[in-house]
Amino acid sequence: MFDTLQERLSGILDKLTGRGALSEADVDTAMREVRRALLEADVALDVVRGFIDKVKERAVGAEVVKSVTPGQMVVKIVHDAMVEILGSEGSALNLRASPPVPILMVGLQGSGKTTTTAKIAKRLQEREKRKVLMASLDTRRPAAQEQLAILGTQTGVETLPIIKGQTPIEIAKRAMSEARRGGFDVVMLDTAGRLHIDEELLAEAAAVRDIAKPNETLLVADALTGQDAVNLAKSFDEKIGITGIVLTRIDGDGRGGAALSMRGVTGKPIKLMGTGEKLDGLEDFHPQRIAGRILGMGDVVSLVEKA
Amino acid sequence: AKSSRSLTGSISAIFTKRKLDQATLEELEDALIQADLGVETTGRIIQAVSAGRYDKEIEPEEVKSILAGEVAKVLKPVEVPFNFGTQKPFVVLVVGVNGAGKTTTIGKLGAIAAREGHSVVLAACDTFRAAAIEQLTVWGTRIGAKVISRPTGADAAGLAFDAMKEAKADGADILFIDTAGRLQNKANLMAELDKVVRVIKKQDETAPHAVLLVLDATTGQNAISQADVFTKVAGVTGLIMTKLDGTARGGILVAIAERFKLPIHAVGVGEQIEDLQPFDAEAFSRAIAGLAE
Ligand SMILES: Nc1nc2c(ncn2[C@@H]2O[C@H](COP(=O)(O)OP(=O)(O)OP(=O)(O)O)[C@@H](O)[C@H]2O)c(=O)[nH]1
Ligand SMILES: Nc1nc2c(ncn2[C@@H]2O[C@H](COP(=O)(O)OP(=O)(O)OP(=O)(O)O)[C@@H](O)[C@H]2O)c(=O)[nH]1
Ligand SMILES: [Mg+2]
Ligand SMILES: [Mg+2]
Repeated sequence: MFDTLQERLSGILDKLTGRGALSEADVDTAMREVRRALLEADVALDVVRGFIDKVKERAVGAEVVKSVTPGQMVVKIVHDAMVEILGSEGSALNLRASPPVPILMVGLQGSGKTTTTAKIAKRLQEREKRKVLMASLDTRRPAAQEQLAILGTQTGVETLPIIKGQTPIEIAKRAMSEARRGGFDVVMLDTAGRLHIDEELLAEAAAVRDIAKPNETLLVADALTGQDAVNLAKSFDEKIGITGIVLTRIDGDGRGGAALSMRGVTGKPIKLMGTGEKLDGLEDFHPQRIAGRILGMGDVVSLVEKA
Repeated sequence: AKSSRSLTGSISAIFTKRKLDQATLEELEDALIQADLGVETTGRIIQAVSAGRYDKEIEPEEVKSILAGEVAKVLKPVEVPFNFGTQKPFVVLVVGVNGAGKTTTIGKLGAIAAREGHSVVLAACDTFRAAAIEQLTVWGTRIGAKVISRPTGADAAGLAFDAMKEAKADGADILFIDTAGRLQNKANLMAELDKVVRVIKKQDETAPHAVLLVLDATTGQNAISQADVFTKVAGVTGLIMTKLDGTARGGILVAIAERFKLPIHAVGVGEQIEDLQPFDAEAFSRAIAGLAE
């Protein structure tokens, strides 16, 4: 749908400039296109601004190596800066604590918390041989607790028995004591979806956090999120305190700018990506892949790397 | 919506200078970008705002009204109330990506239909997601509607076919068909949806009488492609935007309105049964422009 940044930059830059170092004027022209490309990829405006400043500083005066065009050079600089912000590969879940290790899942309505809870539990149980207990603290959405129970059956992960009428706080306490009693390694707490401006429900999540004292509090967010990504990530981090982000619906064809927005604004690592509805649709985060996707580009990076 | 606060701040701040100059226009542009209108649509709206007014003295409130007016010009033609037709049953197919709010919206719309005195039947054609059937069943109980379902894993199109039959036999007024969430780039899932539509038509050529695409206000530019592909595959007749009770402003609707001219029927503003409102182009535009309601 969009022509790639690469094409646009070749259009404007490669005509203007000969070889040698990138001039300030060249870089300014290029940055207008970079800005546009990032906004079209749903990177939040404030994050775009900071990013452009950073890239500009690096690009002005950069020597253009012989085998590439100035456009490719700029794309490479942009790409590298983006990967830097997105963080390094495979920032694994931190399970270093005496068991049961609690993991708290939070996020907006419908972002994929329950599904991701089951995916992570399945992975920990199958790959890392941990004994996992899942508990749904979602007493609000119709059939939310049943959903997790079914996913437990599908994955062979135990779920905390449902007791109707209990509050999320009561369920959290019961989950912790059951996990201790049952000798579980990990206890996953799935919560109801909540808006990042819903003070009452944020306070409830904070209360759950204080009871469970989670090792990880993961913000589950949709990779298709637009400009609101910064608001939601900032609020969840401020009000509950997140340790990482899981980006769902990476299997969609969204450009994924929300990754840069949320990472940029919270500094918290993106730990995992959801890549499907099925319960094996979970992958480690690949900053290179996401950077390439945000920029809508193919193999420019490897091209420049070989040069 | 409640989403106008931060915009109000940023726009008012500009108007110490009270001139529609480049800096002012850029700040208006930022506001639209942050509301998810997208670069192109934002550019067009800003152009319309500045046309004939550039460098003129202008009151802050006035420029906001002008901005709202330009947005409303795009949205007003697609502001179309949702009406249940007289076909029996009137078949409403609800589609969209995962987690957008399809099932909840059916509950809310079904409640309105029931309140208007229609007999309502719900078909649980999300045969994939865990507890999707149970979720719809809870809504069915809330609104007093019968729910037709089959065990998880059953063929969605087969169920749609049977539901059509059963709703007819029951003499139901309105049949809502819930579908599984699907991303529009998944060919196999879109083919399944296409099949659902085809089997519905087998029972009644004029059905589905409404195909509602549910869009999440938090979604960015990808919503354009959602509108495009779902329309091609399922013949979307109208849009409902959910989750406008958050801080997302849903400005992508402006871009979608420009491009596809799809009717916008209603907006979701919460998780409860009453949290569905008719789409109001003017109020929506004023919120985007940062004007208090
Ligand atoms: N395509 C795709 N769908 C996903 C992914 N993760 C979750 N889903 C789907 O998204 C929808 C919502 O997922 P849930 O896990 O119920 O989301 P939730 O955050 O628990 O929702 P609430 O509890 O209502 O707030 C379901 O249809 C899931 O199948 C993903 O990575 N890719
Ligand atoms: N805040 C808010 N939440 C909403 C709104 N509409 C739906 N939700 C919530 O969003 C989540 C997902 O809603 P569902 O109706 O299950 O969405 P769906 O499209 O049927 O999801 P799948 O069937 O899994 O694809 C639930 O937690 C709903 O309560 C709304 O207008 N505002
Ligand atoms: Mg859930
Ligand atoms: Mg549903």
